[in-house]
Amino acid sequence: MDKLRIILSGIVKNNPTFVLMLGMCPTLATTTSAVNGAGMGAATMAVLILSNIVISLIKGVIPSKVRIPAYIVVIAAFVTVVELLMKAYLPELSKSLGVFIPLIVVNCIILGRAEGFAAKNGVLDSALDGVGTGLGFTLALTLVGAVREMLGSGAIFGHKFIAGDGMLIFVLAPGAFLVLGYLMVAFNRLTAKMKS
Amino acid sequence: MKNTLLNMILVLGGISAVASAGVGYVYKITEGPIAAAVEANKTAALAGVLPAFDATTPAEMTLDEIPVTVHTATQGGNVVGYAVETATRQGFSGEFRLMVGFSPNGKVLAVEVLQHAETPGLGDKMAGEGNPLLASFRGRNPGGMNLAVRKDGGDVDALTAATITSRAYVDAVARAFNAVVRSTGGAGADADAGATANTRDNETPAAF
Amino acid sequence: MEYILIIISAIFVNNVVLAQFLGVCPFLGVSNRVPTSMGMGAAVVFVMTIAAVVVYLLQYYVLVPLGIEYMQTIVFILVIAALVQMVELVLKKVSPSLYQALGIFLPLITTNCAVLGVAILLVQKQYNLLQSVTYSFSTAVGFALALVIFAGIRERLELDDVPRALRGTPIALITAGILAMAFMGFSGLV
Repeated sequence: MDKLRIILSGIVKNNPTFVLMLGMCPTLATTTSAVNGAGMGAATMAVLILSNIVISLIKGVIPSKVRIPAYIVVIAAFVTVVELLMKAYLPELSKSLGVFIPLIVVNCIILGRAEGFAAKNGVLDSALDGVGTGLGFTLALTLVGAVREMLGSGAIFGHKFIAGDGMLIFVLAPGAFLVLGYLMVAFNRLTAKMKS
Repeated sequence: MKNTLLNMILVLGGISAVASAGVGYVYKITEGPIAAAVEANKTAALAGVLPAFDATTPAEMTLDEIPVTVHTATQGGNVVGYAVETATRQGFSGEFRLMVGFSPNGKVLAVEVLQHAETPGLGDKMAGEGNPLLASFRGRNPGGMNLAVRKDGGDVDALTAATITSRAYVDAVARAFNAVVRSTGGAGADADAGATANTRDNETPAAF
Repeated sequence: MEYILIIISAIFVNNVVLAQFLGVCPFLGVSNRVPTSMGMGAAVVFVMTIAAVVVYLLQYYVLVPLGIEYMQTIVFILVIAALVQMVELVLKKVSPSLYQALGIFLPLITTNCAVLGVAILLVQKQYNLLQSVTYSFSTAVGFALALVIFAGIRERLELDDVPRALRGTPIALITAGILAMAFMGFSGLV
């Protein structure tokens, strides 16, 4: 039961995008379509789970003064591994996500969970926290991507349901801010209702 | 563990060493597949911009400091077209690369975008089928065109709201055409002389 | 001409925050007051310009000769983190007044993805040293400009009666969206 709660907390109560508002850069930049959003979410989740596990394993041997650089090295190594694997096996997706794959390193979610959770908890819990937070992030990105794709290109997961272009502004930069802003409002309303 | 200098150096050094080794190992494993993915991408683009062929001979050259590769496609020894890997540095978000297919007499058959970072929804339309840029070039010999977008007094229809991308696209296609002209010894530029240029190529492929 | 184009494009047309979405976290986080946002902007200009030089030298004199370009991410992030620490130490010694003004923002810069993003982009764009410095300096100026404008708007927004569900980050994001639309008007410039 507790294990389930760790996962759920990452998805709803501590949703990295809608509640903690971490990792805004990839959330805005890579969500031009639902597939890109999901891809970015999955890549981040992979790094998050792996780095949580490793940091939880080695937390005992790291002197506290150098823990942040140590975490950054671990995270950067996993990001590079994920980047290389994507280039090799998912070249299309890696092309469309571009510079934002290496930038997973500076995604505050990952360092935040390393410092805030993995450094204090056991390996299994840390891995589950990675799964939960990663899922929450992936769902949020897919949702933002889907809304932008629907409004902006009149398509969903690449399947067009209207002819023509849709409202281009939603695929462009301003649309990213607007969609995320309004989705956040909706999320706040929903969770407020659930509480009351 | 205690915060002594030795501890800190040992731990950080150890983690860095393990991390580097791990990354290096993954790099070695993925080196092959990455090269294969790039190659597959290129092969697909070649097939996309050329008529049926059974062999290609690449010739590399540099035009305006940009590397360009002309793939001469042959079918049973006859030249059936040229596919040119070309690039421009004038894109909205820097460099992008195109593969342009030419018929033996210098007409543009098709263009595929190999790699780009243009704005989604605006500049990236250049990769779409039937966009105005491609439509302006398809079936025409760039040698007989005024190579500029209409806004600048040329013959090419630009993408809506993406003039910079369109100018860069024209720049890349012009470079591809010049590369074909150079590799066929200057004759490829002229649609009428195209046939003679081919025969000459077949006889002396080393002339590039 | 080429350099003017890089400058205008990096500040206005391809604004690092509003068009490329790099450095959104500090953009939303440190934009409540105009003076603070100016301090943050100045700190980013400072660090990003130095980072460009260091990253350029590392890439072309260490990583490429050794054939380990794939270690880019790890090396760059560590160098940027170390650089920020060093800038902090040097500033403290050399110019206490500047340190007073920028000090608290410096540690925040390590996790500003704009710095790493620009470092990776200038390698990708194959800029030479002078172009790299021009590019990252103007990108940072673009960041500072967007940040200060945004802080100005938010100061006023605080006095307005914003609907409850929109308060906080949502209205900030929507404001940023409208600001991004305004910046799109610059795209005719180059």
